[in-house]
Amino acid sequence: MGRYVIRRLLQMIPVFIGSTLLIFLMVYALGDPVAAMFGDRAPDPATAAQIRRDLYLDQPLWKQYLHYMGQIFTGDFGTAFNGQPVTELMSSAFPVTLRLTLVAIVVEMVVGVVLGVFSGLRRGRLVDTTVLVFTLVVVSIPTFVSGYVLQYLLGVKWGWVKPAVSYEAALGELILPGVVLALVSLAYVTRLTRTSIAENARADYVRTAVAKGLPRRRVITRHLLRNSLIPVVTFIGTDIGALMGGAIVTERIFNIHGVGYQLYQGILRQNSPTVVGFVTILVLVFLLANLLVDLLYAVLDPRIRYA
Amino acid sequence: MRGATCAKWAVGAVAIALAATACGGGGDGGGGNEAGIVSSSWGDPQNPVEPANTNEVQGGKVLEMISRGLKRYNPKTGAAENVLAEKIESSDAQNYTVTVKDGWTFSNGEKVTAKSFVDAWNYAALLENKQKNAPFFQYIEGYDKVHPDSGSASAKTLSGLQVKDERTFTVKLGQKFSTWPDTLGYVAFAPLPKAFFDDHDGWLKKPVGNGPYKVESYDKGTVMKLRKWDGYPGADKARNGGIDLRVYTDNNTAYTDLQAGNLDLVDDVPAAQLKNAKQDLGDRYINQPAGIIQTLTFPMYDEQWNAAGREKVRQGLSMAIDRAQITRQIFQQTRTPASDWTSPVLKEEGGYKSGVCGQACAYDPVRAKQLVQEGGGIPGGKLTISYNADTGSHKDWVDAVCNSINNALGNDKACVGSPVGTFADFRNKITKHEMTGPFRAGWQMDYPLIQNFLQPLYYSGAPSNDGQFSDPAFDKKVDEANAEADKGKAVEKFQDAEKILAQKMPSVPLWYQNGSGGYSDRISEVALNPFSVPVYNEIKVS
Repeated sequence: MGRYVIRRLLQMIPVFIGSTLLIFLMVYALGDPVAAMFGDRAPDPATAAQIRRDLYLDQPLWKQYLHYMGQIFTGDFGTAFNGQPVTELMSSAFPVTLRLTLVAIVVEMVVGVVLGVFSGLRRGRLVDTTVLVFTLVVVSIPTFVSGYVLQYLLGVKWGWVKPAVSYEAALGELILPGVVLALVSLAYVTRLTRTSIAENARADYVRTAVAKGLPRRRVITRHLLRNSLIPVVTFIGTDIGALMGGAIVTERIFNIHGVGYQLYQGILRQNSPTVVGFVTILVLVFLLANLLVDLLYAVLDPRIRYA
Repeated sequence: MRGATCAKWAVGAVAIALAATACGGGGDGGGGNEAGIVSSSWGDPQNPVEPANTNEVQGGKVLEMISRGLKRYNPKTGAAENVLAEKIESSDAQNYTVTVKDGWTFSNGEKVTAKSFVDAWNYAALLENKQKNAPFFQYIEGYDKVHPDSGSASAKTLSGLQVKDERTFTVKLGQKFSTWPDTLGYVAFAPLPKAFFDDHDGWLKKPVGNGPYKVESYDKGTVMKLRKWDGYPGADKARNGGIDLRVYTDNNTAYTDLQAGNLDLVDDVPAAQLKNAKQDLGDRYINQPAGIIQTLTFPMYDEQWNAAGREKVRQGLSMAIDRAQITRQIFQQTRTPASDWTSPVLKEEGGYKSGVCGQACAYDPVRAKQLVQEGGGIPGGKLTISYNADTGSHKDWVDAVCNSINNALGNDKACVGSPVGTFADFRNKITKHEMTGPFRAGWQMDYPLIQNFLQPLYYSGAPSNDGQFSDPAFDKKVDEANAEADKGKAVEKFQDAEKILAQKMPSVPLWYQNGSGGYSDRISEVALNPFSVPVYNEIKVS
């Protein structure tokens, strides 16, 4: 078990190097960021050349990459164009996005699994159809529509919440954005749970458990759910990374200065240190979430063993 | 079961780590409004906020509050008025003697002297400091030494700047420039305290200036809290307790926050909300002219566009654009159809003159088609108008302009918009002269002088002459205008130069842009200055 975890962690090193290289190449392919710093005005050639020299942009690509990696290993992720170290941006953005993701995941899991269980146990009945319609509707509404509509209704019209999240972005303020972020995945979690439950509800071990005279609640939670959650957990694991990187729209709507916003700014201004730094951390989050999911399998199903 | 328990532990540990980061936060957010403090929307400045490095509105807002230079442009009229300058004298429009007023200090107590200016200007001009506004110092003698076109600087200071005593310094320009003193209201010419040079990083974290406000705290990327500085000696003291500039990820969100009463002032109403802004805000909606003109610039470096007779095509295309309809339907009257290459904020005496462009800027589809045919048709048979698709609502109006042109020419394939992904990419294509057709160009004035609308953009080899237009007659008129000591005559000469633009049409004037904004009922006396920046110090809080 311990050796397995260590092996998985070691596997992250080549993935880390590969992903930084790929992202670096992609951002580099976007072109030269210097001209945009001067706005609608033509850049002064001498100043532009000086900026390129200082940012290492006048070197060939492989040298730039090696220089950048060399800096990373000393803990220096470079600076954004407004003079802020990227590590500073990260330390302000990641906690916020992590909180937002957490809210979204909790909403997804609780609501999604509960709905899934209800409709899975009553296959083909009214509840099942209602949930099906509901999930279809939710899936087909794009995030920016649900975001703006809910923000306007709850924030402006009824005044229940503040339309924009403050800088601290406390957990309480993130409930509405978290729900908006969760809506799309919520439908997937519901459908996955429903299918899995419906499939396992007729399994032998469930019949045995019922025949033993166990109470219904215990049958569902201990026997049925535990076996049915494996695909759901897999999905949620990968969703953690996707939510963290993909919250751009939600973060913009609710004025959350998180990872999505910083990435958006970085791409817009073609600032490679910001983009590469943030995406690299996101890649690590993905990898860790995957490891976590694999370990959770063993908890859910003891037959799965990692030697 | 051993494996499973182990896994449980591992999972538990990771879950706790995740939860730990989720704690924290709390406290009262930036949502509430403190008494006497105005909250205003802000965008993250692109560059560090320092006078000679700030070339966009967001950083400019801060500097307008925390620093005062020799002159300031009157927020209502745009006229350059003395602030720290007691007098700026010259007998030949080339050698100037500047006297700084007594009794001014920076908010850290340090005196503002002639040296504060000279040091700041030398810092700005020096190539190694990579200040984006360095070209503003090119008129001062010795600029080519401290800021050579290539290689490194051979001097550390501008030879044309000499400190005479505590309150006097002299400036020698490389050429005659009669209206040069009027350029000194631009933010790049602000004085800097010693603290800036001693601890540059510290200063950037918390800028110190000599304006009516001082920075209380600056949380980069989120909020800057400015508070009234009680020791401010100027006439334009702050009439409120302070300003909180809050960074918004999206101007739609800022507008929503204003509607919900969590924000006092937005100075950029999103295009989608312009329709409702009047209803939502009533007389708390601001829409007033700013020194911004939008044009379509032609790539004159492209032989196809520059050939003899092509000016007819360029004029014809200009005539084919129904400016009145586009400004009404797409911009909800926040733009005004342009009929010259300057801006109404200059006023008549400053050189704005409607109709300089003449017939070429009046919508006349029939004549337009004739002209384009006479000029040999559109080069390459198809017109592409390039724009950046990432910000602004450029797509809407470019498509409308193309429709207008297609209707006039009776060919619905004559013109298409050609979006470029990011602004950075767009500017790269322009500066590398890779454009094959007209492209969107916006010009926001640096100072309210007609010179600023013409020379940087159309003079041969000028820094922002993106289309590489070159015309000896135009250059000659500009030189004459700059050497003219009498302001009125100088303006006339500039207008003569502008008439040459009307004949040659190196760029099509589209419309003058207004500044738009809205505010809550907590505050009053809100206005925008000619640079479309709110006049913060005048705002009163009820």
